[in-house]
Amino acid sequence: MTKSLFQPVIVGAGPAGVRAAQTLVAHGVRPVVLDEAPRAGGQIYRRPPAHFQRSAQNLYGFEAQRAQALHGAFDSLKSQVDYRPDSLVWNVQGAQLDVLHGPTQTTHSLPYRQLIVATGATDRVLPIPGWTLPGVYALGGAQVALKYQGCAIGQRVVFMGTGPLLYLVAYQYAKAGVAVAAVLDTAHFSDQLAALPAMLTQPAVLAKGLYFLSWLRAHGVGVHTGVRPLRVLGETRVQAVAWHDGQQERRLDCDAIGFGYALRSETQLADLLGCRFIFVQHQRAHLPERDAAGRSSVAGVYLAGDGAGIMGADAAEWAGERAALALLADHGVAVAAARAQMLEKRLKRLQTFRSGLERAFPFPRAWAAQVPDELVVCRCENITAGELRRTVQATGADEINRLKALSRVGMGRCQGRSCGVAAAEILAHATNKPVEQVGRLRGQAPIKPIPIHLLHAPAAERQA
Amino acid sequence: MDTWQPLLHRVAESDRAAVPFTLDGQAVSALEGDTVLTAVLTQCGQLRRNEFSGEARAGFCMMGACQDCWVQAANGERFRACSTFISAGMDLTTGGALA
Repeated sequence: MTKSLFQPVIVGAGPAGVRAAQTLVAHGVRPVVLDEAPRAGGQIYRRPPAHFQRSAQNLYGFEAQRAQALHGAFDSLKSQVDYRPDSLVWNVQGAQLDVLHGPTQTTHSLPYRQLIVATGATDRVLPIPGWTLPGVYALGGAQVALKYQGCAIGQRVVFMGTGPLLYLVAYQYAKAGVAVAAVLDTAHFSDQLAALPAMLTQPAVLAKGLYFLSWLRAHGVGVHTGVRPLRVLGETRVQAVAWHDGQQERRLDCDAIGFGYALRSETQLADLLGCRFIFVQHQRAHLPERDAAGRSSVAGVYLAGDGAGIMGADAAEWAGERAALALLADHGVAVAAARAQMLEKRLKRLQTFRSGLERAFPFPRAWAAQVPDELVVCRCENITAGELRRTVQATGADEINRLKALSRVGMGRCQGRSCGVAAAEILAHATNKPVEQVGRLRGQAPIKPIPIHLLHAPAAERQA
Repeated sequence: MDTWQPLLHRVAESDRAAVPFTLDGQAVSALEGDTVLTAVLTQCGQLRRNEFSGEARAGFCMMGACQDCWVQAANGERFRACSTFISAGMDLTTGGALA
C-alpha cells in the first residue's frame, strides 16, 4: 500500500463530510473534498460570505459553539485536504465522478477508489394550492435567506408544516425583528405528549424546542396545532393563507410563507453509484442501505449524514467520523476500535430520540386524499394532482417511474427533489397501495442541470 | 402593479459595498455578497416566468435543489439565482411587467 495512491473522495462538506475529512487527515490521509457550496459548513451550519459581520451567536443561536467548532475544524484542515468548493458532482460512471465547477462552468472527471457520500438533505414538502406563488418558500429556504443573506422572505410571515425546524425558524425570524403572523403545525398537541418519553432521551434538545415554543407564545405569536393547510391566496404574490383548524376554515393575511414537513435525504448520487435501497418505515422514504459503520452495499462506497437518512447534525458528525474509520480499516489502516464502537453506540442511542421526533411531528398521512385536483404538484412542468390521478386511472400505472414516463412528474429540472414525495403519496393513494410499494424515482444524470455543451465535450476537454 | 414591490427584505448585513446591475432595463443596485436571487428580489417580486403556466416564480428552496430560480440575462445566459453571486454590470431579465 502506498499512501500516495490512497486518496479517498468525500462528497459534501457539511457536518458529516467535515468530520470524515478530519478523521482521514488524522490518520495521515489526504482526501479530496468536493462541495457544491462556496464555503464548508453544509446547510444547518451554512456560512455567509466571508465579509458578512454577524456573530456566530447571532447566526446559529444555541448551535453557535457547534457551528464554530465545525468551521474551525475544517479551516484548520485546509492545507491537508484537496478542498474543491463550488464543485457539483453531477454524474458517476465507471469509477469516475463528473464534476462541474460552478464559477468557470467547466466539467472534469475525477477517478476515485473510495468514496464517502455526505450529500445532506433538503426540505420535505407536501404542497397545497398556491404554493408556486412568489413569497412561498421552503422552511429551510426561509432560514437560508436570513442566515446566508440577512434577508427575510417577507414582512409578515407564516410558518407552516411540521417538524422541529418549524419552531426554530419562526423563532429566528421573530428574533431578527420580522413579524411572524402565525405558526401552523399539522401535528396535534397530543402527538407531542405521546412522544415525550422518547424525546426525554435527549433532554437538552427537547429543552431547546420547548424554549422556542414558549418564547414564541410569550411574544404573542399565534401557534396553532392540529391544522390542515388548505391553500395560499394571492394573484401575483402571497396575500393570505387558509387552513382548517378541525372545526372550521380559517384565514390569515400574510405576505410570505415558509413551509415544510421535516427533511428528505439527497440520495441521487448513492443511486447512481448503484447502492441498494430499502424502504425505511419511520422516515417514510427509500434510503440507501448501510451497516452501522456507514458501509453501503457497494464496496468502497460509504454513506454518512442526512443524505443517508435523517438523523440531524450531531449524528451527521458522528456518522462522518465513523464512516471514515470504516474506510480506513477496510484499507488496512489501524484505527481505534473503542472510538468506532462509541460512535456507533451514540448513533444507536439517538435513534430512540429520532423516533420520538417522528411521533411528535408525524407525517400527515391523509394529505394525498385531501388535496384537490387543481393542485400543481410539479413546479417545473406544472403538472397537477388531477393529471396524476387521471393518468393512473387511464393507464393503470402503479409505479412511480411509470407515472413519471406517462405524466412527466419528476422529469423536470428538479428531478423530483421538490415533487417526488408528493407524487409518490398521490400515486399510493390513487392505487390504494402503501407508499413503499409504488417504488422510488430512479436517479438520472445529470443530477442537476449543467450547460448542455459540456455533455458533448470531448473527453480531453472535460479533463481540463 | 405590485411586480416592482420587493419580495425580500433586508434585516441585517446592510453595511456592504454597492454593486450596480441592470434589471429589466433599469439601473439598480445590490450589495456585495448578494446572490442574484437576493439582488433581484430586494428590487421586485419575481425572478422568471414558468415555461408552462407563464406565471411568476421567485424560487423556492434557496439551496440549489428545486431549480425554480433560474434567471435569464439579456444576452441569453442563465444563472441559478440562489447559488450565483451578483456581479457589477449583470444585465438580468425577469419576464416581469415593465414599470
